[in-house]
Order: sequence, then structure tokens, then C-alpha cells
Amino acid sequence: MRGHEPRSSSSCAACKLLKRRCTPTCIFAPYFRSSDLITFAKVHKVFGASNVSKLLGEVPEEQRQETVNSLAYEAEVRLKDPVYGCIGAIASLQKKMLELQHDLAVARTRLLAHSGGNNHVSPLDNSPELAAFLDLVPYSDLMLLDGSSLDAYLYDLGQPPFV
Amino acid sequence: MNPKRCAACKYLRRRCPKDCIFSPYFPPNDPAKFACIHRIYGAGNVSKMLQQLPEQTRAEAVESLCFEAKCRVDDPVYGCVGIISLLQTQIQNTQNELAKVQAEVAVAQTKLSQNQNSDFM
Repeated sequence: MRGHEPRSSSSCAACKLLKRRCTPTCIFAPYFRSSDLITFAKVHKVFGASNVSKLLGEVPEEQRQETVNSLAYEAEVRLKDPVYGCIGAIASLQKKMLELQHDLAVARTRLLAHSGGNNHVSPLDNSPELAAFLDLVPYSDLMLLDGSSLDAYLYDLGQPPFV
Repeated sequence: MNPKRCAACKYLRRRCPKDCIFSPYFPPNDPAKFACIHRIYGAGNVSKMLQQLPEQTRAEAVESLCFEAKCRVDDPVYGCVGIISLLQTQIQNTQNELAKVQAEVAVAQTKLSQNQNSDFM
């Protein structure tokens, strides 16, 4: 009988899509279950199966799941935005960060003005008035100064699954 | 045929035709750029991606692919997604700080108006 690699009882998503035998040592099998063909299809479309295989081979086994997660995220974003991919997301976040830093500087200036121009900002961390105020305004209602909700902003952007 | 092959065709060891899809974006004086992008995406995938884009957006697409490829080479586990995670964490931290300072301003304003009211009495 000709020697051949034992056939796996069920092919992983990668081997299903690539129409090949899924062996017990298949590098994709632990990370691309057969029930999730779409994720592998997206990763394959952007990176190519052989490149993904090489990338996985270059990282320690315990980090391969994280690698696959980030590749899947990057592929998803690239397919949604074929021109800018994740760079568009980074640029938006950097812009938002600059806006927040500006708003924080303005708020700190206002606080200094209210505290009579003292350089020492009054330590209100343990202030009962501050605690009462924060109790009245749940975090989810606190908005960015332009009226947008941070949670909605992050949801639209699509937070990486492993954060 | 281009008298001088683009970086992609040099790397792939093939002739560089006049209508080479890579040549406008991978000049021969920067071989590392194509090497990096080929390592992560592969020439075939990059070619397909560029073909599916309007010509006026291809230069931007190449630059963003190059950046992402470089991030992936530098950080094989997270690539540029690591930068996104870091920025999101920084944004949340800054938002928390902003909310705290805004609350302090509100408390200070309340105290000030209370003091002003008691002065009138």
C-alpha cells in the first residue's frame, strides 16, 4: 500500500477552501475551524495562504492565535477600505487623539482659572462633591466635546477582538 | 518594454512591460519597498488589489500596503493592529482624564456660584 498522510476526520477552513487534504500537522487547522470559512477566505484574499503559513511558522506557537486574529482584522479592514486599510483607521484615531488632547488642555486651563490661577490644581480626587457629580453622570453619558460618544466611535471603527 | 525594469520586475526576475502595473509605484532605486510588500502580501495579491482600484487611488494604496507590510515585518504577531490597539487605549485614558477634569471644572463652577450667592445675602 502506498504511504500517504492520514486523512483528518474534518478539514479545516483553509484546506476546505484550498481543496486539499487536511493533515493532523496542518498549520492552519488550530486557528481556522471548518465552521468559519469566511475568515480564512478574507485572510487568503489579502495575504495568500502560503504567506500566512510562512508568517505563522515564524512566530512561537503560543502567539499564533493572536497572529491569526490580527491578520483577520487587518484583512477585514483592507477589504472594507481597499485604498487605506488599517492606515485609514490609524489616521482617524490619531486625529481623535489630537482633538482630545486639545480639549484636555482647554479643560485644564479652565480648571486653573476657576481655582484662582493657582498652579496647584486642587486635589478633588477624594472630594465628595466630585464623587457625587460623577455618580450623577454615568460614564456612558459622558461625551466627547463634539457631542459624539466614544463608545459609538470605537464601535464604528471595529475594535480588535483581542483588546 | 521599459528600458529600465521597475523594482518589482527586477525582484521577480522578469521583463518589465510598458503597462507594468507595478512600475509607477516601485521605482528601481528602492528595491526594499517591493521586497517588503512581496514578503507579506505576495506579488500576485498586490497586482490583483491594484487592478481592482481606480488608477488615481493606486499610489495611496501602495503606500498604505507598504506601511502595513513594514509594521507586520517589525511585529509579526500584531502588525499595525498593535498600533490601533495602543491608540484606542490612549484615547480611552485621555477621555477618562478629560471627563475627570470636566467634572472638577463643574464642581469648581458650582462652588464659585454658591460663594457668589452667599456674598449677596
